[in-house]
Amino acid sequence: MNHRGDAMSDKEEGPVPLLAARSLVKAYGRTPALRGASVALGAGEILAVTGASGSGKSTLLHLLSGIARPDEGAVTYDGQRLDRLPERRLTELRRTDFGVVFQFGQLIPELTAVDNVGLPLLLAGASRATARERAGEWLERFGVRGQEGLRPGELSGGQAQRVALARALVTGPRVVFADEPTGALDSLAGEQVMTALVHTAREAGTAVLLITHDAQVAAYADREVRLGDGLVLPAGVAA
Amino acid sequence: MSTRHILLGLLEAGPSHGYDLKRRHDERFPQARPLAYGQVYTTLQRLVRDGLAEVEGTDADGGPERTLYRSTAAGARELARWAGEIAPPAPFVANEIFAKVVVSILSGGDPAAYLRAQQDAHKARMRELTAVKTDPGADLATVLSADYALNHLDADLRWMHTTAARLATLTAEVDTT
Repeated sequence: MNHRGDAMSDKEEGPVPLLAARSLVKAYGRTPALRGASVALGAGEILAVTGASGSGKSTLLHLLSGIARPDEGAVTYDGQRLDRLPERRLTELRRTDFGVVFQFGQLIPELTAVDNVGLPLLLAGASRATARERAGEWLERFGVRGQEGLRPGELSGGQAQRVALARALVTGPRVVFADEPTGALDSLAGEQVMTALVHTAREAGTAVLLITHDAQVAAYADREVRLGDGLVLPAGVAA
Repeated sequence: MSTRHILLGLLEAGPSHGYDLKRRHDERFPQARPLAYGQVYTTLQRLVRDGLAEVEGTDADGGPERTLYRSTAAGARELARWAGEIAPPAPFVANEIFAKVVVSILSGGDPAAYLRAQQDAHKARMRELTAVKTDPGADLATVLSADYALNHLDADLRWMHTTAARLATLTAEVDTT
């Protein structure tokens, strides 16, 4: 059965998606990770990508966010071929248009919460005072006001992940990539993180590509596509 | 859910009339089916008949006359007994989804297709419930009620996933018995 293009079929007749992958193929050595996956993300849409371990979820996120390049296929962002952009332009895009959150927030351990959140602003040329002020606003928005001066090791898992979300959103990206953002959290902390992410994304019109194996987390999304064995599965096909 | 005991519980806060009990029930349990007035009054009459509630008097309050009910000492004891009673840890094996899978195998149907469609329906309902609980106006009772349903649907999903992976074995078992 040919699964290619299935997740895009309903998008192809509608408005042009903000971010689209077409027939992506990627292998690590002789191990195939993606075998022709196609998926589209609309502006402001929250899309869950689910599937078993090894189905290609994280590889798809890496290709869509420009962290890695496909062996075959195309990634289009805002009308331009992302996979053909030079590295310098990709780095710039990741700084201005994309935000990324991983399972473990990957905050910089030596920096305080406020400096972690303010870092993308500093890299974008903001003054230290402006970066700190805006970072403080975002920490408040994510319910971690009062912890500005703490370092990641002094925060709970849920607090650290909300700081990571604030850092991903502080520059006002058009797309946030979240790879198992609640995977290391208990259910209540996970719920707080997801609620904060969804509220903020909807308010700001930010699109979210949410990688998860958890059905309750996927239920926060507008839509779900399932990966199986490196392909996007059509509705009604077992993973 | 025992309407009888819920109404007794609401009466514990003080005397109340049927209309007010219905309103408070629907507010407290927003995910439950709203109570019908007829059901409220029938239940109140049965509580009075069984000595668990009694008529306090009537209250006009500028409108039509309404009967006020209050809980009795026997009502308070019955409520305490019910509240402390352990709910049976059901459902167990005999649920509708499992029954449909077995019947599908027996009748030569496609249990795998049924399970996939059922999983999709569960996920759609989970998205609806998540939208309800993440609505900025949702109160804690609504969030907890939605969480209860979400956790049960999620458990169903995991069971369906495992069952789908074991269909060949189940089919062999069902076919030989």
